Amino acid sequence: MKDAEKAKLEARLHRASVGIAGAGGLGSNAAVALARAGVGHLVIVDDDKVEKKNLTRQYYFLDQVGTLKVEALKANIERAVEGVKVDAVAKRLVPGQMAAPFKGVDVVVEALDNAETKTRFVQEVLKDLPGKPVVAASGVAGWGGCERIELKRFAPLHLVRDKRAKSSDEGVLLAPKVCTMANMQANVVLEILLGAEHVD
Amino acid sequence: MSIDVNGEAIPYIKDETISELLARMNYVFPMLVVVVDGKIIQETEFKSAKFEDGAKIEVIHLTSGG
Repeated sequence: MKDAEKAKLEARLHRASVGIAGAGGLGSNAAVALARAGVGHLVIVDDDKVEKKNLTRQYYFLDQVGTLKVEALKANIERAVEGVKVDAVAKRLVPGQMAAPFKGVDVVVEALDNAETKTRFVQEVLKDLPGKPVVAASGVAGWGGCERIELKRFAPLHLVRDKRAKSSDEGVLLAPKVCTMANMQANVVLEILLGAEHVD
Repeated sequence: MSIDVNGEAIPYIKDETISELLARMNYVFPMLVVVVDGKIIQETEFKSAKFEDGAKIEVIHLTSGG
């Protein structure tokens, strides 16, 4: 890519803002990927603290156990890259007002855990922020089965899913698959922000 | 006279709403959205939205884990 074109892309990403609901396996990994890609502003909402058991797939370190996830994630992003504005919002998403923190962002990433909460969140974004692109994920538990992971496009909803995966109540959550799906979500976000890339 | 619901052919019932269809299918998981011939039907519209004979319907739900 020519330098001028590259600079244009970088500028567009730097001006973009992405909201991330949840800073667990999906959210922490998607946030780091988007920060490294050059997205200029991230709004990350989660009220949990880092636990040792999270370290099987979430973007935290042993010495961060016990700290707020949003604060730890902001610190990790700021260690990795410069020039990213991170709004670390240590609040619980309350039903009825779940979409509110994401009013000003260009794209919303659903990175929550429990099926009911995930569902409720996406429904509220679709209803309360009409037309706002939302990138959700479903079926992150387990390992292998890469060929089952698919992207379903129902604009403005984009769903990265493995339809046959076990729920996290029955399966295990491990870095390779969770991070794959988190990074697919981040990749879909780039496509929404930049438009589809022309390929042969 | 049939519709396709998540890949399964089931009889079409005239004037059935999405809510009635979901009850008929005995779906118990929390429903996210229903996609009818590529168009999103939001949960707030389930009680009023209807569909044509031959419709391809996809009921989308999310699984725990994140």
